[in-house]
Amino acid sequence: MKDLSVKLHSLELRNPVMTASGTFGYGWEYEDFVDLSKLGGIVVKATTGSHREGNPYPRMAETPHGMLNAIGLQNKGVDYFIKAIYPAISDFPTNVIVNVSGSTVEEYESVAEKINELEKIPAIELNISCPNVKEGGMAFGTSCASAQAVTRAVRKVYKKTLIVKLSPNVTSIVEIAKGVEDEGADSISLINTLLGMAIDVEKRKPVLSTITGGLSGPAIKPVALRMVWQVSQEVKIPVIGIGGISNASDAISFLLAGASAIQVGTANFIDPSVTMKIVAGIEDYLERHRIDSVKDLVGALDVS
Amino acid sequence: MKKFIHDFKVIKKWLPGSNHVILHLLCSEPLPPIKAGQFAEILIPDEPEVFLRRPISIHDVDTKNNTISLFVKIVGKGTYKLSELRVDDTLNLLYPLGQGFEFPEHDKILLVGGGCGVAPLLFLAHSLSQHNYHPDILIGSRNADEIHETGEYEKYGNLYLITEDGSLGEKGLVTHHSIFKTDEFKYKIVYACGPEGMLKAVNQKLKGFDTEVFVSLENTMACGIGACLSCVVKTTTGNRCVCTEGPVFNTKELAGW
Repeated sequence: MKDLSVKLHSLELRNPVMTASGTFGYGWEYEDFVDLSKLGGIVVKATTGSHREGNPYPRMAETPHGMLNAIGLQNKGVDYFIKAIYPAISDFPTNVIVNVSGSTVEEYESVAEKINELEKIPAIELNISCPNVKEGGMAFGTSCASAQAVTRAVRKVYKKTLIVKLSPNVTSIVEIAKGVEDEGADSISLINTLLGMAIDVEKRKPVLSTITGGLSGPAIKPVALRMVWQVSQEVKIPVIGIGGISNASDAISFLLAGASAIQVGTANFIDPSVTMKIVAGIEDYLERHRIDSVKDLVGALDVS
Repeated sequence: MKKFIHDFKVIKKWLPGSNHVILHLLCSEPLPPIKAGQFAEILIPDEPEVFLRRPISIHDVDTKNNTISLFVKIVGKGTYKLSELRVDDTLNLLYPLGQGFEFPEHDKILLVGGGCGVAPLLFLAHSLSQHNYHPDILIGSRNADEIHETGEYEKYGNLYLITEDGSLGEKGLVTHHSIFKTDEFKYKIVYACGPEGMLKAVNQKLKGFDTEVFVSLENTMACGIGACLSCVVKTTTGNRCVCTEGPVFNTKELAGW
C-alpha cells in the first residue's frame, strides 16, 4: 500500500488530488461519477458577501484545448451558504474548502470571519485572482501591495488553514507569492485563469458578453507548470498546482515541479470521473517507480 | 435521475439532405430511464480542435432494442465529425441530462418544431403517445429538403407542415401556419423547440391565449451537469442553468419573453 497522503500546513489530505473552485459546483453535481471519500479535498465555488447573479450570457467560449469563461462569481452569498449549503456538504467524506471572494478588503474579511465559525470547513482559499468581476477579484491579485493587504486582513480573522489563489496575469508571480507568504498565508494555489478573448468574425463581435474572460484547460498547462516551478523554488509554504491537469501524468508533473497537491478544474467538464482516474494513476505511478510516498515526488524534478 | 457515462456503437447512420445526420446508437449497457426532452453530452472522437462535449437532444429511444437515436444539424467541426462517423464506430455519451418535458393534465397538445429543433419532438410525440395522449405536431422548415422522417411523426399524431418556400405544406414561417388562427386555436399546451427567434415568435403569438408554452433552450454549455454555470438563462427568479433546471422552461418563467 502506497502512502498518498500530503499535508498543507495543518490540513491533512488523504491524497494530493483536489477539485478546483468553479469547476466542481458544491460536489453533489458529481455524485454519480465521483466517490468523494477518494478525493483529497474539494474547493467549492466562490462565495462572496452578498448574492451575485454573475455576468450576462454568453459567458463561455470554447478555444483550442481549452475554454474561456466569464461567469463572474455567480453565488447566493455567504449567509445563504451557511444556512442552506453548508448543512448539505459539511458531512462530505473529504476536506471541503470554501473559495472566498469579494469587491473590497472588508468583504473578504467579513466572509472569511463567517466561514471561520464553520466547524467542518478546515480551510479557505482566498480568491484574489478572478478576472471576471469589475471590482475586486483579480484587481487584488495583480499588485503585491493589495494582495498583501487582503491577506493581512483575512489572516487576522481566519484561524484555520489559509490558502491564497494567485493570478498568472502579473509580471512576477514569485514576488506576489512571497508577499502573501510574508503576510501569513499557509499555502498558495496557482494558477487561476489567464486573461483572454475570443471573436466571432462573422458577426464581428466578441464571443463573451464581457469581451474578455479567463482561459483554462490543457492550453494553459505549460504556463501553470512554469509558474509552479518558479514559485515553489522561492517560498517555504506548500504550493498547490492548478492549470490544465487532465490525467495522472499531468498531476505528477506538477508534483515534480514542486506542488504538494494539485487541483483538477476544466477536465471535470469533459470527464466527470477524471479525478478518480488521476488518483488511481498516481498510485500506479508510485508502484511502477517503487516509491513509497507521494511526498517523495514533491519537487523531485531532476534538473541535473 | 441518475446520470451515466456509456459507450455506444453506431449501428445506423443516415444523412438526410445536406446538413443533417441521424445516428442510431446501441448502448453497451442497459439503457437507464430517459425522459423526452433530455439530452446527452457527446465526446467528439479524434477531433483535436473540439475540446468540449457537445450537447445533443435525444431524438428517440427504443428500449426494446437498447438503442437511442440522435438528429444532429451539422453546424461546426464537432457536429461535422459526428456526420463522418461510420457504422461500428464508438461514441461516448454522458446522459441523460436535464429535466425534460412534463406530461400535462390536458390532452389538447401541440408540438412545434423548427429546423433542427425537431430533434427532441419525435421522442416527445412517441412518449406522449405511449401515455395515451394525442398530440398534434407542426414542423416548419426552410424547404422540403430539410423535413425528414414524416412517417415517424405520423405514427404518434396528426402532422402539419409549413416551409418558407412553400415546397411542402403551407408557405411561410411556423407562426404563419393556419393552426394559429385565433378563433380556431384549441391547444392548452404547446411544446416548442427550435431557434430562439422562432420560440419567441411562437410565444408572442400565443400571448393572451389560454395556453401554456414550454420551450426547449439550446444555450452553449461546458459541463452539462450544473457545475460550470455557463449556460444560464435569465428567469424571473434570476439566472438558472439550462442544463440542469432546463432545457425545458415554461415561457412564463423566462425574463424578457
